[in-house]
Amino acid sequence: MSTTMHDGIASSGRAGDSHVLRPGELDLSHKVILYLEDISVSFDGFKALNNLSLTIDAGELRAIIGPNGAGKTTMMDVITGKTRPDTGKAFFGQTLDLTRMNEPEIAHAGIGRKFQKPTIFENHSVFENLELAMKTDKRVWKSLFAQLSGEERDRVSDTLKRIRLQTEADRPAGLLSHGQKQWLEIGMLLMQEPRLLLLDEPVAGMTDEETERTAELFVSLAGQHSLVVVEHDMSFVEALGGQVTVLHEGSVLAEGSLAKVQADPRVIEVYLGR
Amino acid sequence: MRTPLSVRLFQSLPRTGWLALAIFAAVAWIAIPAAHLLLPEGHALHVSAYTVTLMGKILCYAVVAVAMDLIWGYAGILSLGHGVFFALGGYAFGMYLMRGIGTDGSYGVALPDFMVFLDWKELPWFWVGSDSFLWALIMVVAVPGLLAFVFGWFAFRSRIKGVYFSIITQALTYATMLLFFRNETGFGGNNGFTDFKRILGYDITSPQMRLVLFGLSAALLIAVLILGRYLVTSKFGRVLAAIRDAESRVRFIGYQPTQYKLAIWTLSAVLCALAGALYVPQVGIINPSEMSPANSIEIAVWVAVGGRGTLIGGVIGAFIVNLAKSFFTVSFPDYWLFFLGFLFIGVTLFLPDGVVGLWRKLRGRRPAATETATPTPAATPQGAKA
Repeated sequence: MSTTMHDGIASSGRAGDSHVLRPGELDLSHKVILYLEDISVSFDGFKALNNLSLTIDAGELRAIIGPNGAGKTTMMDVITGKTRPDTGKAFFGQTLDLTRMNEPEIAHAGIGRKFQKPTIFENHSVFENLELAMKTDKRVWKSLFAQLSGEERDRVSDTLKRIRLQTEADRPAGLLSHGQKQWLEIGMLLMQEPRLLLLDEPVAGMTDEETERTAELFVSLAGQHSLVVVEHDMSFVEALGGQVTVLHEGSVLAEGSLAKVQADPRVIEVYLGR
Repeated sequence: MRTPLSVRLFQSLPRTGWLALAIFAAVAWIAIPAAHLLLPEGHALHVSAYTVTLMGKILCYAVVAVAMDLIWGYAGILSLGHGVFFALGGYAFGMYLMRGIGTDGSYGVALPDFMVFLDWKELPWFWVGSDSFLWALIMVVAVPGLLAFVFGWFAFRSRIKGVYFSIITQALTYATMLLFFRNETGFGGNNGFTDFKRILGYDITSPQMRLVLFGLSAALLIAVLILGRYLVTSKFGRVLAAIRDAESRVRFIGYQPTQYKLAIWTLSAVLCALAGALYVPQVGIINPSEMSPANSIEIAVWVAVGGRGTLIGGVIGAFIVNLAKSFFTVSFPDYWLFFLGFLFIGVTLFLPDGVVGLWRKLRGRRPAATETATPTPAATPQGAKA
């Protein structure tokens, strides 16, 4: 799996000729994969995001925490093109302006998203779910005549192994347990071979053992991929071990290691109430 | 090791499917023509002209039902305006049939009768070329296809779906009907086209022509079933079913649902138009009532009765409802609408998966996941929480 990971995106490992602008390709020459500046979004006067600024480095594993209504999901909506910001900049790498792209274009550029509630294709088999997510030409004409090559089958079965659903490959995905559905959705994300993964509460509804395995998987993905994980489960955030950003009322309240933000009096106040 | 397309077409149907199609073809192309032409009237196995025409008509309806199932059952788009594409296909071919009357009309001139009646001196510009058979075939595909493409492009791009889309399609067919009712529109007003004489010089009322049209209708149905089956078992079909179940997810994994919907929507409309073009010479008339909103709703009833997301369900539904309709309108004309109403309520309440669903249940077989055969209305497009 890791060998194919880099092939799709030409800019990786090309820091040397980064000054040549390659339209439509991810440019990581400044080591920043996601750059949000002064993003504001309001819904009927309610400011869901309020001058939010945030940068994620290539290969980083970042946890985002914050009380309900802090703007975590809205932030993901902005990054993936579901919601347009009223003001502010959002760039993927140095060159890709996310505010000008739609969801499929952003997905194609290399941002994968896992929803809070697992959204998989319940009537399709587990195998088909992964097949549909696989990075490939996704235009109508190609789909009409698409056939899985042996190599593509191997990629699906590698992912099946990785998410421990080999024995469920031919079952309708709707019959999986909640934790398995979460894993399947993570597997679909991996099939897309994204450079940046956005994961909204990925371990909700998982058993402790599943949660532990998920943390291991994410840590192993960091480096090759960049991950942004929204989570409430503090022991899970601790297991991830990366930097933590605390959101509050639509902007960044604190940033740093988990121990540091947990000691921050403002963070304590937000979480414990006034 | 890519499999050639012909082999994949062949593989898209199970063996029983091919067997059923072969039997159907043998009946439609050999048994019925023989029974109609060779057996004398009054013979127990003689097939009357009435029966051939009725069956040919229902075969055309069955094509429409399969086209409807492609978009409703597999892509989750309920069109309540498919009658408009059927009727436009019929009108496009009807123009050719009108020109084919030549000077045999009531007024004995080359201009179609209704134009003489309106005191028009020459053909309107959009009738130019309609005397050519080839041109008529092109228009049969092009006009409804273009209308569907433009309509679908605006609707899908604006992400109009569900009941809103259905209502707009009702408006589309209703508005087109009103347009065609006007004499000035140039398509014969509320009388439409009728009194056809010939196709390609051959007498349209001859038994041979009747059988040719019937056989072509059967051929179209077979082709549409094979094509439909290929589409729904291809990756394209799996993407469509995914759009039906969770459209936003499809978008986030990098597909443009608009293009997929537009493709199947336009194809579905063109298939309806081809059916309409075969329907008109068989029934001998086309008028704007074909575009009435109730007609389009009836198409959805056929598919619901047969079973959505099964393709063959549309064929079964079209036959059940239309045979019942012929029976009732002859024997108990006052009760047909009651029966239709009861049928729809009964199917909705007791047979949510239609006749095919009942058959599968009786045989104790769950549809395989690869067929993605059971659309779940509950699985509305999901997304993240607001």
